Amino acid sequence: MNKKTILNQTHHDLGARMVPFGGWEMPVHYGSQIEEHHAIRRHAGMFDVSHMQIIDLKGSDCKRYLRHLLANDVGKLKSTGRALYSCMLNSQGGVIDDLIVYFMDETWYRIVVNASTAQKDLGWIMEQVGVFGIDVLPRSDLAMIAVQGPKAIELTLPLLNEELHEAAAELKPFSAVWDPSWFIARTGYTGEDGFEILLPQSDCVALWNDLADAGVRPCGLGSRDTLRLEAGMNLYGQDMDETTTPLVSGLDWTVALKPEERSFIGREALEKQKKEGIHQQLVGLVLDGRGILRSHQKLFVGDKQIGEITSGSFSPTLERSIALARIETGSPHGFDVEMRGKHLPVKVVKYPFVRHGKLATEL
Amino acid sequence: MSNTPDGLKYAKTHEWVKDNGDGTVTVGISDHAQELLGDLVFVELPEAGSDVAAGDEIAVVESVKAASDIYSPLSGKILGVNDVLNDAPESINDSPYEEGWLFTLKVADKSELDALMDADAYAKHAQDEEH
Repeated sequence: MNKKTILNQTHHDLGARMVPFGGWEMPVHYGSQIEEHHAIRRHAGMFDVSHMQIIDLKGSDCKRYLRHLLANDVGKLKSTGRALYSCMLNSQGGVIDDLIVYFMDETWYRIVVNASTAQKDLGWIMEQVGVFGIDVLPRSDLAMIAVQGPKAIELTLPLLNEELHEAAAELKPFSAVWDPSWFIARTGYTGEDGFEILLPQSDCVALWNDLADAGVRPCGLGSRDTLRLEAGMNLYGQDMDETTTPLVSGLDWTVALKPEERSFIGREALEKQKKEGIHQQLVGLVLDGRGILRSHQKLFVGDKQIGEITSGSFSPTLERSIALARIETGSPHGFDVEMRGKHLPVKVVKYPFVRHGKLATEL
Repeated sequence: MSNTPDGLKYAKTHEWVKDNGDGTVTVGISDHAQELLGDLVFVELPEAGSDVAAGDEIAVVESVKAASDIYSPLSGKILGVNDVLNDAPESINDSPYEEGWLFTLKVADKSELDALMDADAYAKHAQDEEH
């Protein structure tokens, strides 16, 4: 039996196609995934992301604990409300999950992890507490709406109370403000500007309806995937997992090896991998011909396989197929993808593919 | 609820077949199928003139999310394909039974038509699959 978010009935009433996702029943689209994608690139759209797991960490050892737990360094967060993207690694350097951590105050950090890995993550997080003086508090009482797009902030602000309105209007990217019940972060997973709003479940349906009345389009997880792929953002379970390190997943920028004295879980494995040489990398691909790149399609130079697509789809903005792929380092910039037994040429390009509604790479 | 017109025949694999009454049929995918797939973005059509057997994988339709094989509901020879779909695959979403047709076929064995489902049986089949 899949779990249901507080917006479940709202999605049904809107005619959403509901699918199982990470143990939840979630909307994949409300009619057209492509139109929802364009709504976010051109105007504003919203996702119910209440299935994601919010966890509060409280206690005097919070910072020390997180500097041990995460591959990125929460020591970089100097002022309250700042956010950091990080991987949480096992001792082999494999990625247990990727997450966002918010610095609330010296004794309180908030993290948001993926829905499908929530139980595993909580288990791991508890297991690592050991001697650290912290409490782990899953916040299943909160719901979460992501409002994204060039008009997202403008349309959301009037729906906030006066104090939050003022503070949220001043927010810099990757930072958050809150009051005792609502939490507004200028973060997202689409390559567009916008807010992610964490709020009590009892307020959630009303906010969703108010946003809809303001012209924010309900969007399903289908468009969320094409938007994040165009924005070149990794998806856990596809672009990285416990068998791959951040260093072969295009996420080396999220690993803080300095300061050298900070020992975090997975550090030794990453240093060893670095010393022995990084043999794989994540690249962006574009297909000029007809067809759609999909995850697990194999990549070839001649008849030698040099890698595999990790995420592939049709890009509604670029009107062609794009992908992320893990390939052997030093591969030539032109190679083939195997699609239904045929080999078709693909081109390596820099990613992100799209940012703020515009082409961000050379096709 | 998806639309399942009377007068067409349907395959378990969600293709519809229209008997043109002259030994040929037109084939497409059902409204139910296009709804399940979502926005279609790519179609690979069979080659006109090729001989096919019932159950052969002869075409592919891809939505943003997934690729789906199209099986020939009958044996015969492919007469024509709907080239419009190369540039406008969304026609299948907009009009699965009219503009979104995939190909026409010269039927080799008319008795195969009887093995296909009528609208009521197909609607029930689609509903059962959904649950």
